[in-house]
Amino acid sequence: MEKRVTFHERWLPYLLVGPQIIITLVFFFWPSGQAIYQSLLIEDAFGGNSKFVFLDNFIHLFNDDSYFASARLTVVFSFLVATIGLAVSLLLAVMADRVIRGATAYKAFLVWPYAVAPAVAGVLWGFLFNPSVGIIAWMLQGIGIEFNYVTNGNQALLLVVIAAVWNQLSYNFLFFLAGLQSIPKSLIEAAAIDGAGPGRRFWDIIFPLLSPVGFFLLVINIIYAFIGTFGVVDSLTKGGPGKATEILVFKVYNDGFRGQDLGGSSAQSVVLITVLVILTVIQFRFIERRVHY
Amino acid sequence: MVENRPFLTLLSHLVVILGVAIIAFPVWMTFVASTHSQQTMLQSPIPLLPGPHMIENYTQVLTKGYGRVGSTAVTMTLTNSLIMALGVAIGKIAISIISAFAIVYFRFPGRMYIFWAIFVTLMLPVEVRIVPTYGVVANLGMLDSYGGLIIPLIASATATFLFRQFFLSVPDELTEAARVDGASPMRFFWDILLPMSRTSIAAMFVIQFIYGWNQYLWPLLITTKESYYTVVMTVSRQANVVDSVPAWNLLMAMAMLAMLPPVLVVVFMQRQFVRGLVETEK
Repeated sequence: MEKRVTFHERWLPYLLVGPQIIITLVFFFWPSGQAIYQSLLIEDAFGGNSKFVFLDNFIHLFNDDSYFASARLTVVFSFLVATIGLAVSLLLAVMADRVIRGATAYKAFLVWPYAVAPAVAGVLWGFLFNPSVGIIAWMLQGIGIEFNYVTNGNQALLLVVIAAVWNQLSYNFLFFLAGLQSIPKSLIEAAAIDGAGPGRRFWDIIFPLLSPVGFFLLVINIIYAFIGTFGVVDSLTKGGPGKATEILVFKVYNDGFRGQDLGGSSAQSVVLITVLVILTVIQFRFIERRVHY
Repeated sequence: MVENRPFLTLLSHLVVILGVAIIAFPVWMTFVASTHSQQTMLQSPIPLLPGPHMIENYTQVLTKGYGRVGSTAVTMTLTNSLIMALGVAIGKIAISIISAFAIVYFRFPGRMYIFWAIFVTLMLPVEVRIVPTYGVVANLGMLDSYGGLIIPLIASATATFLFRQFFLSVPDELTEAARVDGASPMRFFWDILLPMSRTSIAAMFVIQFIYGWNQYLWPLLITTKESYYTVVMTVSRQANVVDSVPAWNLLMAMAMLAMLPPVLVVVFMQRQFVRGLVETEK
């Protein structure tokens, strides 16, 4: 879409886009270029000497079992975050949409977790499940479940998933609720007159009409699980115990800043950027074709 | 609803109330923990109801901090967070709105390249280019400064798109009328476009304020001086101090203070917030 009426100035437009472009070039393109450049180098730990090694860092990365373990973990993690998050928020949205009285009040009670920083969300959930004072850990112990996320890798992963889902719930909920409210009431009424019960109406009418929103949220949640959960992981488990919660974005940080492996970390950055580009393209492709919403 | 099913309606209420309760539970426990003495918080099971030490705990963290090596008074970290959140929100809105204005209202060579250059930044969040971005900021001497905390985060494709979208919906007649009356482009921007964009600006502000306040990795990397620590990173840092029994009451008081401002913004500006979320994804 273009404007029919425009202004004619020679230098003004450049002046106006200037600040944005300068910041973009300096803080986005320069570092990303450097990530690509550094991913082709090996630098010794004391700095100074670097050697051009072409694709060695990538070859090394793809032959590295710990990288594959981290990639596999990230896939499992994002799958869990996306499916659990979407299922719970869809349930809440459908239920909130059903009740006429109180729907806005419920909405107010469900939107605020979005405002909690992922890193703080991690601290909150870590407190609830803390092996020595956590109230939920204590309850679980009461029914015979030993919950210690500090030593048990699977439990640590579960806890990170719970905290990540909690943090993203309001976002999903709002989009599902908006989607539900945009479905014409006449459709539902027609189905009801034809004798379809609430369950039937949900699966045959509401669910298919919601699928575009659901798909959009799926992509957003995967991107969130890949990138946005860094704070949750860092404040809850630091990737541990062992490497049980070391997802890719955390490994980039860990290898680059703790391990001082700049080449390897940059190669990982490049891989992660590629994944993100693909996901973003899918997201935009889809938005263009989005019909019901 | 299309029909009256009291049982189903009751069930819906119950499910939503249960959901709300579960979602609020972590914050409730955080609040409870922040109102007890340190001793109470060391023995399991911890209480489920608030205790009498609330004022004491909050005064302590606000004025003295967490009371350990490397702890900063929370008033200071809150101020830093506020500066950062406001800087990011206002900065993003300012540079995005003028670049959107240029892209929509002018034809100039290189316009499409600029548009795409801004678009690509969507795919490059700071988390995936951590090491080199840190390098750039270090080279520019921006470590440990508000500029370093704010400026690298203010380029934003989402805000630019939001304003572009809005400008495209502004009727051309307004522009024509302004031109006939001899208004310069900047005059048109200040007197007509900007006042019309109020609601979009408010929506954007809420989203970006939260984004800025909740930044974690970025301040963690580029601040080494306590005087620049933000509240979110302090909470996480103190929770992870190894080899010590955390003072849960103080830690949780800090966590409450770290959550409060963005949560209040969302609750009180709910309409703008929802609008901002939905609009930025279009």
